[in-house]
Amino acid sequence: MMTLDFEEPIIEIEKQISSLKERDSSDQYAEEIAQLQQTRDRVIQKTYASLSPWQTVRVARHPERPQTVDYVRMICRDFCELHGDRHFGDDPAILCGFARIGAMKVLVVGHNKGRTTAEKIACHFGCAHPEGYRKALTKMRLAEKFGLPIVTFVDTPGAYPGLGSEQRGQAEAVAMNLREMSRLRTPIVSIVIGEGGSGGALGIGVGDRVAMLEHAWYSVISPEGCAAILWKEANEKTNELAARSLCLTARDNLSNGLIDDILDEPVGGSHRDPAGSARTIETWVIDQLGELARLNPETLIRRRFDKFRKIGAVTSRALPAPTES
Amino acid sequence: MPEKTMPRTWDDVQTVSQSKKGVPEGLWMKCPVCEETIFRKAVEANLWVCPKCEHHLRVSGPIRIDQLLDPGTFEPMNEEMAPRDPLEFTDLKPYVKRIEQAQGKSGQNDGLQTGAGFIKGRKLVVAAMDFNFLGGSMGSVVGEKLACAIEEATDRDLPLVVVSCSGGARMQESGYSLMQMAKTSAALARFDDEGGLFISVLSDPTFGGVTASFAMLGDVIIAEPRALIGFAGPRVIKQTIRQDLPEGFQTSEFLLESGFIDRIVHRHELRNEIGRIIDYAGK
Repeated sequence: MMTLDFEEPIIEIEKQISSLKERDSSDQYAEEIAQLQQTRDRVIQKTYASLSPWQTVRVARHPERPQTVDYVRMICRDFCELHGDRHFGDDPAILCGFARIGAMKVLVVGHNKGRTTAEKIACHFGCAHPEGYRKALTKMRLAEKFGLPIVTFVDTPGAYPGLGSEQRGQAEAVAMNLREMSRLRTPIVSIVIGEGGSGGALGIGVGDRVAMLEHAWYSVISPEGCAAILWKEANEKTNELAARSLCLTARDNLSNGLIDDILDEPVGGSHRDPAGSARTIETWVIDQLGELARLNPETLIRRRFDKFRKIGAVTSRALPAPTES
Repeated sequence: MPEKTMPRTWDDVQTVSQSKKGVPEGLWMKCPVCEETIFRKAVEANLWVCPKCEHHLRVSGPIRIDQLLDPGTFEPMNEEMAPRDPLEFTDLKPYVKRIEQAQGKSGQNDGLQTGAGFIKGRKLVVAAMDFNFLGGSMGSVVGEKLACAIEEATDRDLPLVVVSCSGGARMQESGYSLMQMAKTSAALARFDDEGGLFISVLSDPTFGGVTASFAMLGDVIIAEPRALIGFAGPRVIKQTIRQDLPEGFQTSEFLLESGFIDRIVHRHELRNEIGRIIDYAGK
């Protein structure tokens, strides 16, 4: 398992445990091992209860953190993948398909980061191209047509910045999703499972209910991008400052009214217990969709509109007098 | 592309020093593109288009509205709406200081002017962004004023013209800024449902969260010549792909060729063209 620097004390204890286990297969050290395990659990709990925002970002990017495909495997039955935007291609950075969750038939849409090197390259590390956003919208319209609710998994550093993506209208593709998702006449629930990077995240995140996993991040820009622009340089120190300033944690986003729920992760993060995280998400999705199913489409889209319409922090003051001539 | 124009780069976008009205200071000025020294008054009389190379200089929101609307017809909306600092954001400088400075410099509360007025006798709702105010960035005030303007156009059954000029979403309001993209796009969905005509005018530069929300949602999208328009900034793309960008990349002409805008219109013709489109598509 890849180690994050702040996890070193945990790894150290784990090393001790395994060396004790190796030394003797009988129960000679059972008591010591049990004690060490308790200590480890306490350290994990303590570390994860007080992650800094920048540490949170790094947990959200942990290579073993469960991704959309993992949750689909753990939560959904009979997943039926749907490919292609019908215009240009099939972007593997966004996964779409019919699936069953609990007793419901749904459409799943999610960013796909890839696990192996080949997958990561094919998915551009979860940075979708315009055809990915257009594929998502095409399938979401299909869901609307046949009355299926939509479940989206958000996990992207941002929409892909490249030549082809600009030429094929990255901005237009994201903009269109924002506008159309706001008026789709079917319930939409979104979960930010890892990274919620800017417009590329929001492009499949305009939901009736939006939740974040406890150690996910969601912000207008990545801490590194922000640090590079506002602090003129991205390094460990400025990334830390930017991450804090951006208020990108689940707790910040909830207290600012930008999301509706936080889904607790297993102690030590979802990468330690993917199945535990999957159960939490499954329960939340079933609950939310159950409630939303009771609303008629007019009420549903009116409430969705109101939810985003009211976001903003403004005040009132007289026009300023210019200070320079 | 005319031979006398120089290749545009991102850097020349931000190099002209600006007065409170968002135009270069001094009696004489240098065109940032052809580098010709030109008489300021002559450029102003030419709607801030370089008389030598036709480069369209950036103009502030108030000047844009002056240039576009029939004289004396502008009724501003929500002028008193002003930013807060919901995240108590501080980078190298506190956000509140940046706001104060931008307000002092521009004489405006934030980077978007909205209101009702007439273009060639056609009544409409207009909004113009101000690059001079924190890079024309969209925070809560820009999002809220624009949403109100869209709703005004919806309620009064008027065409809507928005002139974009922005580096994107405002980082200092983080998630609040991001959500303005959803908010303005959702307001445009309702306007669209009611059959409203939205003419989006893109000027130099228009990027990021602005392009990726309302700016690209026009029923008709017009760009000024040789404006830089895109999703990601050229520097970010260069870093990602590790190669130089092709000449003319992310210009209005590039967007026209790629199929993402309807027309490129010279600033001198903007009023005529908007009037013409309203005659065809407005109610």
